Amino acid sequence: MSELVKKSVGELQGLMVSGACSSRDVVSALAARIEAVDPLVKAYVEVNVEDALAQADAADRRRAAGEKGALLGIPVAIKDLLNVKGQSCRCASKLLEGYVSPYDATCVAKLREAGAVLFGRVNMDEFAMGASTENSALAVTRNPWDLDRVPGGSSGGSAAAVAADSAVVSLGSDTGGSVRQPAAFCGCVGLKPGYGRVSRFGLTAFASSLDQVGVLSKSVADAASTLQVIAGHDARDTTSARVAVPDFGAALTGEVKGMRIGLAEEFFGVGVDPEVEAAVRAAVDHLVSLGAEVVPVSFPHLKYAVPAYYIIAPAEASANLARFDGVRYGARRDAEDPVELMRRTREAGFGPEVKRRILLGTYVLSSGYYDAYYVKALKARALIQRDFGTVFAQCDVLATPVAPTAAFRIGEEVDDPLTMYKGDICTIPTNLAGGSGLSVPCGFTSGGLPVGLQLLAPAFDEVSLLRAGHAFESTTEWHTRKPVIEGARA
Amino acid sequence: MSISASKLVPTIGLETHVQLNTNTKIWCGCAVRSDAPPNTLVCPVCLGYPGSLPVLNREAVRKTVMTGLLLGCEIAQVSKHDRKSYFYPDMPKNYQITQYDQPLCLGGGIEIEVNGVKRFIRINRIHLEEDVGKSTHLRGASGIDYNRAGTPLMEIVTEPDLHNEDEAFAYLTALKRILQYGGVSDCNLEEGNIRCDINVSVAEAGADVLGVKAEIKNMNTFRGVHRALAYEVRRQIKAVGAGERLVQETRRWDDEQGVTRSMRTKEDAHDYRYFPDPDLARIRLTEAEIEGWRAELPELPAKRQARFVEEYGLSDYDAGVLVADKGIADYFEAAAGKNPKAAANWVMTEVMRVLSESDLEIGDFPVPTAGLSALIALVDKGTLNSTKAKEVFAVMLKEGGDPAKIVEARGMAQVSDTGAIEGFVNEVIDENGKVVDDYRSGKESALQFLMGQVMKKSRGKANPPMVLDLLKQKLAKP
Repeated sequence: MSELVKKSVGELQGLMVSGACSSRDVVSALAARIEAVDPLVKAYVEVNVEDALAQADAADRRRAAGEKGALLGIPVAIKDLLNVKGQSCRCASKLLEGYVSPYDATCVAKLREAGAVLFGRVNMDEFAMGASTENSALAVTRNPWDLDRVPGGSSGGSAAAVAADSAVVSLGSDTGGSVRQPAAFCGCVGLKPGYGRVSRFGLTAFASSLDQVGVLSKSVADAASTLQVIAGHDARDTTSARVAVPDFGAALTGEVKGMRIGLAEEFFGVGVDPEVEAAVRAAVDHLVSLGAEVVPVSFPHLKYAVPAYYIIAPAEASANLARFDGVRYGARRDAEDPVELMRRTREAGFGPEVKRRILLGTYVLSSGYYDAYYVKALKARALIQRDFGTVFAQCDVLATPVAPTAAFRIGEEVDDPLTMYKGDICTIPTNLAGGSGLSVPCGFTSGGLPVGLQLLAPAFDEVSLLRAGHAFESTTEWHTRKPVIEGARA
Repeated sequence: MSISASKLVPTIGLETHVQLNTNTKIWCGCAVRSDAPPNTLVCPVCLGYPGSLPVLNREAVRKTVMTGLLLGCEIAQVSKHDRKSYFYPDMPKNYQITQYDQPLCLGGGIEIEVNGVKRFIRINRIHLEEDVGKSTHLRGASGIDYNRAGTPLMEIVTEPDLHNEDEAFAYLTALKRILQYGGVSDCNLEEGNIRCDINVSVAEAGADVLGVKAEIKNMNTFRGVHRALAYEVRRQIKAVGAGERLVQETRRWDDEQGVTRSMRTKEDAHDYRYFPDPDLARIRLTEAEIEGWRAELPELPAKRQARFVEEYGLSDYDAGVLVADKGIADYFEAAAGKNPKAAANWVMTEVMRVLSESDLEIGDFPVPTAGLSALIALVDKGTLNSTKAKEVFAVMLKEGGDPAKIVEARGMAQVSDTGAIEGFVNEVIDENGKVVDDYRSGKESALQFLMGQVMKKSRGKANPPMVLDLLKQKLAKP
């Protein structure tokens, strides 16, 4: 195995600047690593090495011409729901078989502009609906730390690839925790920026008011440098924020003296595994040892987060996914009558979890139920936003577990959607409020599974998250541990 | 129990969909045009591709607000868009982005006149939404053209204030005129720029509750609305009069058979599951923006008619004819020049005759307004008489060109030279001794004949008043 695949974005950039390696070398090393481990991990759903090498050569030429940049020549793996011109974009669904993107998502275009190499499409729960990547119609992705366990989801492929060193960094999307939870399950860093920080144009929508493009990486610094490239207002997304993009790298001072870390006991009272709780509390203690203060806060409406989310997200999804009818693109099932054609296409194309959520969303928006469900969920959402307002008046960041447990076994929760939904309790609130969140590795269970610390901040204060996360990471070694993938070719 | 049919009166409301004539579509930069080959004016946004997002076209908002101002609506400073969900292959996202409970414009109305009676038809609301694509059924397959998908569409909803098909027709005609004046739509019915849904029910006169309504969908001619309403009202009155219980339903107008037919009843009605579109921010308009648009409002027909009377000295009737079509009124004003009355006559006779005999729209009229002014000036100068002027006009219509040059090239100038005319007059008097005698013995009509002979000799170019004067002079001398 080439040592190159273990490196972070920052380290690889240093090597390329010094001339010790080229982008082509990095892509070649990754291609070899994918070949070695991906038959076991199954993080990728599409890999085009030739195309990636061509992009790498172009990046090397740009460097030779004097160009510089944090992501120049760096391969980035893309979650299967982001449009990359000329690539498939199946959203891990049978329904989008054969669809080829005619355009680049804005975040993808920004990566191209920065000279990044768009290398490989990674697996996910179908249309981002799930927390284990088991809902993919394309493959079952495995957790590199234990191949019998899930990598989390829905950005499970993004996390597993980074953890298995078959990707340097990857893009995911986070609607209710889909970046942070797989990051925690796989022992990598997951950053969900504030709603509106990164354009959603080109991100296949699950729940438009909650979706946000995020980054999965080997270090907080890598998350910062990648966010730096993809952030910013986009005229093509009217929900993208017209706020200045700060220098995220400048946040990485290692200094947390005086930073107020909020602790809300509600987040530990949701059936959190004792080992997870211990790791998270120890992580907070560690931050205190670095000079931060702990502020006890309360989050009284946490119990409404999951029910509100599982009304709002399916409601939006039921309309967002209506376009997948086989008429203009996708795997059409022909019929005499166009309505029958659409019915057959959707019947055959969508998996059970997607159908469940479409039905849920259709139900809660139906006349007679709208006020009882949808309107009430919006009220709960407002209460959760208010809780965050009160919390952030008292502290800079809120520290919580990412998920109640470490990675569960494949198949363990598949037939119990309610338990799976409840597992989103810690990550959902910030999506409902439009805030930002970060997951950093903070320990391991006795069984050797990674545990994540979640830090939450107001919408556009990713800087506080990155500062705290970086200070934690620089003084701990959890993130440096690598899984041993049994059976992988050398 | 049956109700006496003679006591039943209809109540009618109209929902009119108007395509706005913006350059680009409502959510993307694709052009709005009806003459392009199928599926050439499309992009990921208007095709509903995964990941695409709508961005509201401000010009569509402006045009909707302008319409609202013209109709006396209240303009909402905050409004929003909602998703209306139903599956239809023409509709790329399988939901239509429309405005459900917070439309851009509320209230207002239009005055109509039927048989000399004026009535005010109240508007309930105007909202801004997107048009869908167009299906064509080919042999053994269906084709869908998405060029139209995403064309900005304004829906103007009346209160149930209309009582019969004549009022509905008058309302639509008045509405169309205002839309044309506002310049917000091309108002081309053949292109489907204006489409209409009719809500109609019948109930006993003075009853507190309305009868069971039928909705007749997708009417695209005003005449069709008139005919469909006449039929449907008769049908409902007959049914209710016979004691039949009507069901709420959607009906379709069969233009060939001249009947409405049931499409679906309330039980099969869609549940549209409206909810606010999370992709779009609320529309916020400042007072200053709205006032700025108000200042840009064009002059409406009634006001313009009064001004034509005042400014150009036209009769109220003539002014009314001219302002009935904004394009014609504009044409007249541009051609008015020094002799607006003559211009008005030309427009109302020659120009409107040509338009009614051809498929031409006034905007494409081949004789430019400057050409017509110049032609009128030639008549006023005495270079042309009215008969010759019509010939010149015909040439301009067919071949184009400057009237003075046409006159010169074809030697069509009027002969006003006394000597030349006197020669023709003398010849005619010499050649028509009997007629001359008739005239002198008191037969006035003989003069017309002699006059005609002189004109014939001059090949129509003689100045008629001069011919008449000379003839009278000569014939007076025995």
